[in-house]
Amino acid sequence: MAFALLFDSTHCIGCRACEEGCAGKWNHPYDETIAAEDHLSAHKLTAVQTFQAGGEERYNRRLCMHCEEPTCVSACPVTALEKTAEGPVVYHESRCIGCRYCMQACPFQVPSYEWHKRLPRIKKCDLCIERQTAGQKTACTEACPADATLSGTREEMIAEAKRRIAENPDGYYPHIYGLTEVGGTSVFFLSAVPFEQLGMNTGLPHEALPPLTWRALSAVPGVAAVGSVLLGGIYWITHRREEVAAAEGKEKGR
Amino acid sequence: MTGAMPAVNTERTAESRMRRFPIWRILFGLLMAAGLYATYLRIVGGLGAVTNLNDSFPWGIWIGFDILCGVGLAAGGFTLVAVVQIFNIQKYRPILRPAILTAFLGYVLVILALMFDLGRPDRIWHALIMWNPHSVMFEVAWCVMLYTTVLALEFSPVVFEKFGWEKPIRIVHAISVPLIILGVILSTLHQSSLGSLYLIVPTKLHALWYTPMLPIFFFISAITVGLAMTIFESYHSAKAFGKALEWDLVNGLARILAVALSVLLVFRFMDLAGRGVLHLAMENTLEAWLFGLEVVLMLLPALLLYRSHVRRNVRAMYLCALMAVFGFIANRLNVSITGIEAGSGTSYIPKWTEVAVTLAIIALGFAIFRLAAQHLPVFAEHDAHGE
Repeated sequence: MAFALLFDSTHCIGCRACEEGCAGKWNHPYDETIAAEDHLSAHKLTAVQTFQAGGEERYNRRLCMHCEEPTCVSACPVTALEKTAEGPVVYHESRCIGCRYCMQACPFQVPSYEWHKRLPRIKKCDLCIERQTAGQKTACTEACPADATLSGTREEMIAEAKRRIAENPDGYYPHIYGLTEVGGTSVFFLSAVPFEQLGMNTGLPHEALPPLTWRALSAVPGVAAVGSVLLGGIYWITHRREEVAAAEGKEKGR
Repeated sequence: MTGAMPAVNTERTAESRMRRFPIWRILFGLLMAAGLYATYLRIVGGLGAVTNLNDSFPWGIWIGFDILCGVGLAAGGFTLVAVVQIFNIQKYRPILRPAILTAFLGYVLVILALMFDLGRPDRIWHALIMWNPHSVMFEVAWCVMLYTTVLALEFSPVVFEKFGWEKPIRIVHAISVPLIILGVILSTLHQSSLGSLYLIVPTKLHALWYTPMLPIFFFISAITVGLAMTIFESYHSAKAFGKALEWDLVNGLARILAVALSVLLVFRFMDLAGRGVLHLAMENTLEAWLFGLEVVLMLLPALLLYRSHVRRNVRAMYLCALMAVFGFIANRLNVSITGIEAGSGTSYIPKWTEVAVTLAIIALGFAIFRLAAQHLPVFAEHDAHGE
């Protein structure tokens, strides 16, 4: 059983209660100025965004997608990011060296950095793993008054998304964003309009990204082994002539 | 031709050194002062205070130039070690030590730059015990650590000779064969792994640069810049120390450089054609122009160096090498910065403090190289333990 989250933008009223609930859980400050910021940052791990699409104002939420095969987890050199068995991708701040490769690697540009701190950390949503394991909803789900954010198991969320589309096919764009993007995520999106109109990257591959670097990395032992033997062989051949000359010189000397 | 050069050179160098020294010292002092002030701001205010980086664009010139170009410019070390010690082409032995010194200094300065860029430099050792073999950054970290150690050992006999320590020289000499092989393997892996770093950003990096071939292209281009930097260095060392520049030696390097550049360019265009994105290079976009600049800076020196009358002129060869160095820098900056801006939905121009730190590190590199060359037997004609 893995935790997941479903965001249905057709239900979202843009009240930002999810942002406030999230800030409360993380003990982040939250006021009107912060509410007006429409992007993720180290003090805003979910952000509601407003778009003009299909002739009306529509809202979207950004948060960590908790990928099935997370790019950030594969990128981190010191295993500071972990894909838990429960589904959420969590961050172990005591391991992090601050190289920011996870930020560079994330196809959703999710991880944020404490740019102005002397001892900075990466910040990102953890899908309220501690609340969910205790049987509670995520802070954002609990705060949502409009049934736009739901949390539960991955199977439940996918079934609920399919049910909503099936019951109201005219009201939805026929795609569950997150089902297959970069190999699938644990956060799913529903929308009435194509997802690029809500600022989502629709050009992502449907295969996970970590194999792209793994293919190169798995060649390393072979390159090292074959390379060493090859170079050693070349050394032996190119220096052979000198050895022969030296040996001949010795013989003549005697 | 080379026979008449030393005397003239010595006089001119001694004279110009007298005249130029105060200017270089003042410039060095200014760069160091600016760099130290930027360092203070970095420590006190964090990366946000001294860089124009943000959550959408987490890597700037400290990675794109200081690390990617720094490691590349140090590639003369492994190229020359392979040529002289493994392929046993003794003609190039006189420039082996300067090349190893450059590589060692380059790596030390890369680690210094990393200390600025890492959010928690105090935890750099975490890579030693917290392993993630699936991370390219993990491979990079290990290559940097191990290869810097190898370079220190490869350079150590120069220091031991200076102080006349015979025993350590014998120890290093005893392990020299595995050491040079390990060094070439590690730097091969390191140069290519810097390209592999960007395999994870297929949706961010522009298609003119994003290719599964990135690690191989990074490796071949490292060889080109290694050769170009060796020519660059030999030229300047000869001037600075009033020695004759071996025309035959530079001519040989220039020929290999022309071939290496040609191989790189052919592979890159084959790759572009194979991926069906060759037309992107012809469009009127910023990326296409930057790609064009990069290609011209590699193609021009390659074509020129094939001409024998260009190779008869040391200064012309030096200028070609300089072009190849700039072509390399353009490539690394395109991969790490300009080619990634559009895909990140942002634009980035370094803050003055980022530039100040970078310039201070370069100045430090030149100063230490000069000191080492003056006080250690780097340019010694003989190698007491020549294999």
